[in-house]
Amino acid sequence: MTRKLNLRIWRGDSTDGGLKDVVVDVNEGEVVLDVIHRVQATQMGDLAVRWNCKAGKCGSCSMEINGKPRLACMTQVASFDEDETITVTPLRAFPIIKDLVTDVSFNYKKAMEIPAYEHPAELGPGEARMEQIDVERSQEFRKCIECFLCQNTCHVIRDHEENKKSFAGPRFFIRIAELDMHPLDRLKNRKRTAQEEHGLGMCNITKCCTEVCPEHIRITDNAIIPMKERVVDIKYDPARMFSGLLRREKRD
Amino acid sequence: MAQNLQKLKYDVVIVGAGGAGLRAAVEARESGLSVAIVCKSLFGKAHTVMAEGGAAASMGNANSNDNWMVHFRDTMRGGKFLNHYRMAELHAKESPDRIWELEMWGALFDRTSEGKISQRNFGGHEYPRLAHVGDRTGLELIRTMQQKIVALQQKDAREFGDAESKLKVFAELTITEVLKENGKVAGVYGYWRENGDEVLIEAPAVVIATGGVGKTFKITSNSWEGTGDGHALALKAGASLKDMEFLQFHPTGMVWPPSVRGILVTESVRGEGGVLTNNKGERFMFNYIPEVFKDKYATTEEEADRWYTDQDNNRRPPELLPRDEVARAINAEVKAGRGTEHGGVFLDVSKRLSAEVIKKRLPSMWHQFYELAGVDITKEPMEVGPTCHYVMGGVDVEPDTAAAIGVPGLFAAGEVAGGMHGSNRLGGNSLSDLLVFGRRAGMGAAEYVKSNGANPVSDATVQAAAGRIQAPFTHEGGENAYSLHQELQEVAHNLVGIIRTGSELKEAIEKIADIRKRSLKVSVAGDRKFNPGFHLAFDLDNMLLVAESTAKSAILREESRGGHTRDDFPGMSNTWRQVNHIASYNGSEVVVTPKPLPPLPKELFDLFDVHELEKYMTPEEIAKGGAN
Amino acid sequence: MSGVFSPTRAKISERTLRTDKWWLEPLITFAVLISFIIYATWRAFENAHYFVEPLISPFYSPCLGEVCVDGSTMLGTPFGTITVLGMIVSPALFILIFPLGFRMTCYYYRKAYYRSFWLSPPACAVAEPHEKYTGETRAPLIMQNAHRWFFYAGLVFNVLLTIDAVIAFKDHHGEWGHMSVGTLVLTLNATLLWLYSLSCHTCRHTIGGRLKHFSKHPVRYKLWTKISVLNHYHQQFAWVSLAGVWFADFYVRQVASGAWTNFYFF
Repeated sequence: MTRKLNLRIWRGDSTDGGLKDVVVDVNEGEVVLDVIHRVQATQMGDLAVRWNCKAGKCGSCSMEINGKPRLACMTQVASFDEDETITVTPLRAFPIIKDLVTDVSFNYKKAMEIPAYEHPAELGPGEARMEQIDVERSQEFRKCIECFLCQNTCHVIRDHEENKKSFAGPRFFIRIAELDMHPLDRLKNRKRTAQEEHGLGMCNITKCCTEVCPEHIRITDNAIIPMKERVVDIKYDPARMFSGLLRREKRD
Repeated sequence: MAQNLQKLKYDVVIVGAGGAGLRAAVEARESGLSVAIVCKSLFGKAHTVMAEGGAAASMGNANSNDNWMVHFRDTMRGGKFLNHYRMAELHAKESPDRIWELEMWGALFDRTSEGKISQRNFGGHEYPRLAHVGDRTGLELIRTMQQKIVALQQKDAREFGDAESKLKVFAELTITEVLKENGKVAGVYGYWRENGDEVLIEAPAVVIATGGVGKTFKITSNSWEGTGDGHALALKAGASLKDMEFLQFHPTGMVWPPSVRGILVTESVRGEGGVLTNNKGERFMFNYIPEVFKDKYATTEEEADRWYTDQDNNRRPPELLPRDEVARAINAEVKAGRGTEHGGVFLDVSKRLSAEVIKKRLPSMWHQFYELAGVDITKEPMEVGPTCHYVMGGVDVEPDTAAAIGVPGLFAAGEVAGGMHGSNRLGGNSLSDLLVFGRRAGMGAAEYVKSNGANPVSDATVQAAAGRIQAPFTHEGGENAYSLHQELQEVAHNLVGIIRTGSELKEAIEKIADIRKRSLKVSVAGDRKFNPGFHLAFDLDNMLLVAESTAKSAILREESRGGHTRDDFPGMSNTWRQVNHIASYNGSEVVVTPKPLPPLPKELFDLFDVHELEKYMTPEEIAKGGAN
Repeated sequence: MSGVFSPTRAKISERTLRTDKWWLEPLITFAVLISFIIYATWRAFENAHYFVEPLISPFYSPCLGEVCVDGSTMLGTPFGTITVLGMIVSPALFILIFPLGFRMTCYYYRKAYYRSFWLSPPACAVAEPHEKYTGETRAPLIMQNAHRWFFYAGLVFNVLLTIDAVIAFKDHHGEWGHMSVGTLVLTLNATLLWLYSLSCHTCRHTIGGRLKHFSKHPVRYKLWTKISVLNHYHQQFAWVSLAGVWFADFYVRQVASGAWTNFYFF
């Protein structure tokens, strides 16, 4: 069953741009990315869009659909009313390149700032032993497909360009949490640097990162808040303050 | 004139940032060289992320009887003995170290109760052997190596003050050519997808790790990147492609709705009771049980239904025949006009299982259909058909160094390389293949660079390469790349697809030649700025060369084996097993020539029961007992 | 121009292109919280109708001032009588800082009021009106890190309010073994407060979340998994426990002022 869909696509580049209306065929079961591809193939051969696996596994087709940060390949056209115009824009937290494609290099810069995993020197190949219950927390964060929707929706940088230099963003808070909870990681000062270098304290836990995560990673509850609590452990905890454990990153 | 040409110099260029490319990059950088990694997408989006099952490695964590010899035997059997024995041997021996290495870089595989890496069963593997992380093992591989690259860059930053001084990722850059000077590799040429500005990277060694060719076909599980770029780059650089007729089609890919076309529907749907029916509602698989399997599969629906609850006293339902048999049956139904309106057949679990049971036993499938397609498989049937999944053929390489034969300085690893999997790849062997041969390619390239040194690119070579990039903009009124691509996909799907015949292949070769001729005059609308039409013009040429290689290899091979099924030659022939097909490019078309397969050396020959080998080898080969 | 209107971003003039009713949730949150604040402030200063044998309002328990009505002081009157400008300070004010502080620094309420009161941001992908933003990195918001202090204090209050609920099994002559609607109200209030405290993120962390190796602490791991389940509903517990406190105080006030009669089942 084919019907017509009113689509409004942002077209332009860093100099200028605006929303353009198109009418395009849409078939049953199609997602927004399918419709964009049809526009590309039939009406706008040079419409720029980033995509890859088209199965919700690579995190390339991040954009804003009716103002909400989403993956175009995971957004059913049928989830909108039939007479509704669907508005598609590029991510609004990152510099625009062209049409629906933005410059996400900010995220790769931040990735570079997080110190890597440190394996215990004494454990050779095949000698590591980890219990399943000890790896599960970090495994949740390793589900991340790096679509950067969380980074895009986070108001700390979305609404404040100047914070980009001092704020790593939710994607990298889960990376820090993953490493801090990794049973074998040897680097000890991740909590302190999370707070003092990567801007954990900038987060006001308004949970938009969790709301937009297509992998349903509980970013705020399972990574950011636990990391904030771990920072409290080493900086602000009353009991530890009196017992002298404060300012020591204890290993257990 | 080249647009804003940027000139760079590295020791090694890696084309492709999937598993093999990244592993090669790590190896080359750790051996002290400067390395550029080039990829068409963003860093970390490579098709490797789609791999679900796991990485096969005989670590013996789940069953201590497992070792490299068992894995080697399984791999050779799976490939129907057309594999290059040395690749299969290296792969089986080195996979465990490659997996453990990932763990030392921070990977978190699922664990056994002893705290070791858990290993799961998979088709064709004698023991549970696949290291895995739920159903997202490929993502874990990519992310781990991506983070290893970052770790190396952080080390360089401490040492040289610049993280990207010795190891840099060039994302969203398309390579259009491997450049040569004096008969040896001298670098690569390409353009930024963002703005069309051109890039020359001079490097004496180039590693191709671009993955597969699925986008040549109408229905594929591959992403848009699987356009056979590396295959074509190698061909054009003078290397050859081995056994391109072997493509793995998975029998059940989605065909409808279009948003999920090609995406895999796991075999366990049928294992849990999924039934295949045609548009008349007939359970057609009963009509397709081959003679050799007659005594192992149920012949009535009643018996097949009983099997799900009592497997000892009943035979398996025919839906569970080997992949190629099921694919062939679906294909035949559709061709006979009994398919669904979208060219598939129905696969239904909703009638046999309750909604709760479906959601519990097939959670990822339920989600896949519900979230991507809006189909509730607890209420309605799925529409499925064969989907192009993996190419066994690829660049003909030296097993130990991954060096492309015939082109000094060129290396290839991963899906783009041929030989490792023979005529059919076992599930789980792909991820370990990437690691083993990615590393070997990095090593091979490093050694090559150390003994050969720089090979500067001449201006004339650069000019020629630049001219070819501008070409699509100079054609006025030429054809649209999108429609030519669709035409190619139809031809490949219908005539070079899962079931082939000589006459159809002949027709395909003619049609591909015609599309290729027209494609040389493709014209592009708009400018170079992130212009998908422009990008497709180059991908299209690559896919055409791949399709031509496949069709021309397939028409020669007069037997059916693994990922190559000839309706007109349905049997497997032991004399054909001794033949590899080598495709090369003469500047205007692909030429395929047969070449003898290297014989199994004695020590590997002796790993098998001779009666098993008799099924695959000629009496003369058996009498010889392996090469010395 | 900053944020989504920065010169490098795609030029879109709307603050948001969301078409759903994104403003509804912060609006409701604002309305409910502001009503509670007004009610609570009035009640805290009212200094009356908070005790009627055996029921005490959670706003006034423990009652620590000399002005506390007879029978309402459980822990003595350490604060004596404090007057400001000739007015006696209500005993509610000695203690309200603790439950208030616990809720103010709660990870859920922070989300709720940052969104609804401070519009930072009002909803996801809706541009906030502020020019500058430093989050919880400096005073006063750095004080949010004191949540753990309030958590510990909150546990003490939970114990006291639980005792209040137990005492509510007396009749108005002080005889044990009776039960009234008021008993139910105070018991429900204490239960909801426990659920709210135990489901709290700090609780989850201190019970087991701070561990690197669960496998070395099987009991704490088990508790952590249970707390994690509760934590999933922390938002819901935050609201129903707020309603619980609100209603418990209101009920006691109605009974103490004589407007309602506390019905006894037995």
